Amino acid sequence: MDKVMSNKFVISLYVLPALLLILTLIYVPIVLTGYYGLMKWDGIGEMTFIGLENYTKLIQDADFWGSAYHSFLLALFSAVSLIGYLGISLILTSKIKGANTLRKIYLIPMLLSSVAIAQLWSKIYHPSNGMVNSFLQSIGIDNPPAWLAEPSLVLPAIFVAIIWQYAGFYILIYYAALKNIPESLIEAARIDGATPLQIAWKIKIPLIAGVIKVTIVLAIVGSLKYFDLIYVMTGGGPNGSSEVIASYMYQKAFGSYDFGYGSAIGFFLLLICLVVTWLIRKLTATKEEIQY
Amino acid sequence: MSTIAQANTKHEAKRKNSAFSKLGYGVLYAILGLIAVLQIYPLIWLFFFSLKDNQEVFNESPFSLPTDPKWENYTRVWTDGNIGLYFFNSIWITVTAVVMTVLLASFVTFAITRMKWKLSKPVLGLFMVGLMIPVHSTLIPLFDFFLKLNLIDHPLSVVLTYTAFNLPLTIMILLGFYYTLPKEVEEAAIMDGCSIHRLFFQVTLPMTLPVVSTTAIINMIYNWNEFVFINTFISSDQYKTLTVGIQNFIGQYMTEWGAIGATLMISIIPILIAFLFLSNRIVEGIAAGSVKG
Repeated sequence: MDKVMSNKFVISLYVLPALLLILTLIYVPIVLTGYYGLMKWDGIGEMTFIGLENYTKLIQDADFWGSAYHSFLLALFSAVSLIGYLGISLILTSKIKGANTLRKIYLIPMLLSSVAIAQLWSKIYHPSNGMVNSFLQSIGIDNPPAWLAEPSLVLPAIFVAIIWQYAGFYILIYYAALKNIPESLIEAARIDGATPLQIAWKIKIPLIAGVIKVTIVLAIVGSLKYFDLIYVMTGGGPNGSSEVIASYMYQKAFGSYDFGYGSAIGFFLLLICLVVTWLIRKLTATKEEIQY
Repeated sequence: MSTIAQANTKHEAKRKNSAFSKLGYGVLYAILGLIAVLQIYPLIWLFFFSLKDNQEVFNESPFSLPTDPKWENYTRVWTDGNIGLYFFNSIWITVTAVVMTVLLASFVTFAITRMKWKLSKPVLGLFMVGLMIPVHSTLIPLFDFFLKLNLIDHPLSVVLTYTAFNLPLTIMILLGFYYTLPKEVEEAAIMDGCSIHRLFFQVTLPMTLPVVSTTAIINMIYNWNEFVFINTFISSDQYKTLTVGIQNFIGQYMTEWGAIGATLMISIIPILIAFLFLSNRIVEGIAAGSVKG
């Protein structure tokens, strides 16, 4: 038995194809991104080694920090909106008829491609014939703004589309976690006279703290990497006011063919994502120990 | 206090609160219902304007029903806009990548949970860390790599990348199932002299079919919707999938709402149909794929 199950040849046969794929297409590229960041390179011609020039340029690049700030706002906003999703999930799991169907309906936008969502929302925000402005006009607001062309409004407008896209996803996760809490625990608290709010705050939320932690990582790191919808909807505009790190990297690399600088941004993005993931896990780890 | 007395006081409290709680529940249902409407209505609105012509879009209220549904919007974009070709490409690229991902991931999960080897932990770690890598941090080297292999503007570049990037999530979902699966059946098969390959293909793989189909569905949705890789690696119409195809097509038909709506509807209908029939599987897969991270 053990002999069959520790056959080295079979193990390599089963593991190597997948392992080679992720090594060549994920791990080697992230190392190379850091390395290409040290080069002056247009993607076609010869590479010239320029040391840390791209990275020092990155630190002084106001446009980059502008995009990083937008990514940060997006991350903050996504993390805060988790509270709302948690609230909705708490309601959904409190003896609501049709809760299962409702959470499925909420999920539908998340299954659509970001391209389709971006195109649809560009129409929703259309200055004259869009849903939003037509509605605003019908309730008496005469000059509703052109949402996606207004530098101060474009980010909030995109946030709303992102909420629409992801709300169902987080509600689904919280719903599943809350359903896993044994009914007897909640019943016991109820008999002791705890109010629904107390039960939610003192029992349910602490019990799903692990899941909440995962969703915080997902929301923040997901926001830092966010690309598709913004790229299609505004391309980072107007005038960079909706640019995020990933779209800025894409524009530098595949728009102005500055592959060296694009690589430096890509490598920086990787570092931010890894550090933030590690940081959130660290910060939330102690809390969890107290609870259990 | 006896349990009966306890039950009584509880009952009384319930009666006192019932009017209040009825109102409370009414408000809650209203909130939940409103959210459902907000999630669905944009899609209904999209469907309506996909059946209108510009005349109707610009002169009537955006909330009106299409007076004379222009189904020809759909037939027109299907033929004029290469949408048929993009649709076909989406299907075969998605299916090829899904089959490869699920099969390779099953091999790996089998080797990690069933076989004994020293490096299994670190190898699993490599797959799991893969979940955290941002796509944009791999894009330039991947582009360069495929360029050198003459695979830029070749569908293989996309199929391989989809497979690699979906392996970590797929393995994660499979692992949970493999760990809970009793090993007795497999042990008995080995005792009976079953070879390891027969064990995998004829015993383990059939037993894991439920989770395999869950991961297949999740992978299908992700691949169907993927945008960054296909937009970067593929430039000729011949190999474009729906996501990037509709993006270019809409760019050309900026002002024709009906055509845009019809194109978008065509791209999302397969997902909506899949959801109609497989919603439980999809919900289960998304939940399994997110929480265990």
